[in-house]
Amino acid sequence: MAEFKLPANSIIKDGKTWPTPTGASRVKNFKIYRYDPDSGQNPRWDTFPIDLDDCAPMVLDALLKIKNEIDPTLTFRRSCREGICGSCAMNIGGSNTLACIKAIEDIPGDITISPLPHMEVVKDLVPDLTHFYAQYASIKPWMQTSTPAPQDRERLQSPEDRKKLDGLYECILCASCSTSCPSYWWNGDRYLGPAVLLQAYRWVIDSRDEATGERLDNLEDPFKLYRCHTIMNCTNTCPKGLNPAQAIGQLKKMMVERLY
Amino acid sequence: MKTTSNRPLSPHLQVYKMPLPAVLSVLHRGTGIVLSIGSLLVVYWLTALAAGPEAYATASGILGSFLGKLVLFGWTWALFYHLCNGVRHLLWDTGFGFDIPTTYLTGKVVLGASAVLTLLLWLVA
Repeated sequence: MAEFKLPANSIIKDGKTWPTPTGASRVKNFKIYRYDPDSGQNPRWDTFPIDLDDCAPMVLDALLKIKNEIDPTLTFRRSCREGICGSCAMNIGGSNTLACIKAIEDIPGDITISPLPHMEVVKDLVPDLTHFYAQYASIKPWMQTSTPAPQDRERLQSPEDRKKLDGLYECILCASCSTSCPSYWWNGDRYLGPAVLLQAYRWVIDSRDEATGERLDNLEDPFKLYRCHTIMNCTNTCPKGLNPAQAIGQLKKMMVERLY
Repeated sequence: MKTTSNRPLSPHLQVYKMPLPAVLSVLHRGTGIVLSIGSLLVVYWLTALAAGPEAYATASGILGSFLGKLVLFGWTWALFYHLCNGVRHLLWDTGFGFDIPTTYLTGKVVLGASAVLTLLLWLVA
């Protein structure tokens, strides 16, 4: 159900504002969501003024600078720092993206950073993605075949059929799109969300996969697929420039077309 | 997603900057609700018509007042917005118009068309 307001334990209080660095000419304020599970207190907004002349260009660089030089308790996920692992997905300046490929200068004024929206927070910018991964597993994201494998080679695919996977295989499952979707916010327990549906479509249109019918049967459900109302937040926010809304549209179309 | 743990829920509507297509989606839902409620007005008008000249005169008086006309003006815009955006949804259902520039373009066309149609109706009627 749609709960527009945050629960009492989730309301964000004002937190600490750290001192402005001395002698800095280009200062930018980073307003960051903090939650310490051991404190028993509500989340808070902490503000970190950063000297941009002494900081590398990306938002992740600023987060690392804060962790290394100002407050080592700041907690976030990061790994590849080049937009391929999907670990540092978070809400930056009001939309979801990867901190490592978002330039600080692309956001005017103060930068607000919070965890991926409408998720349970483990600590600071780290959301619990357990349910998201379980939903991914539910679409059986591997190739399913019933015919025997060719003896002397792999299962081959024509260049045309391979092309159908472009715009889908690049998805890194960062969850930016799913957690930008109001339908996923209100019905995430049963609606699969854009990321998982894009992955479902990736297997449905793979020419080598032989479980297309079962895959579509699995999506025939009032919630799993049809809670998508083409709000388009997913495609607007995808840090990889993919189009989950279009993939979902194709799935809906296939569901109808196979009836005739 | 919220389970039963004590972990806080991260902010959503409180921090998310809704792009134009998302705002238009909310408007589609909103105008749908307005149309449902407004259809009661139509039922009232038809009932008054069937009930006789006196009841009809009262209904015409209420709907013809400034406030009544204002409500009807809003209702006709809701009708045209929901209609035009419904066509946009039909286009999506056929697989057309999912790329970001087209989504913004069709959204603005729907806004413009609903305004023009509403004004035209009130100029003609």
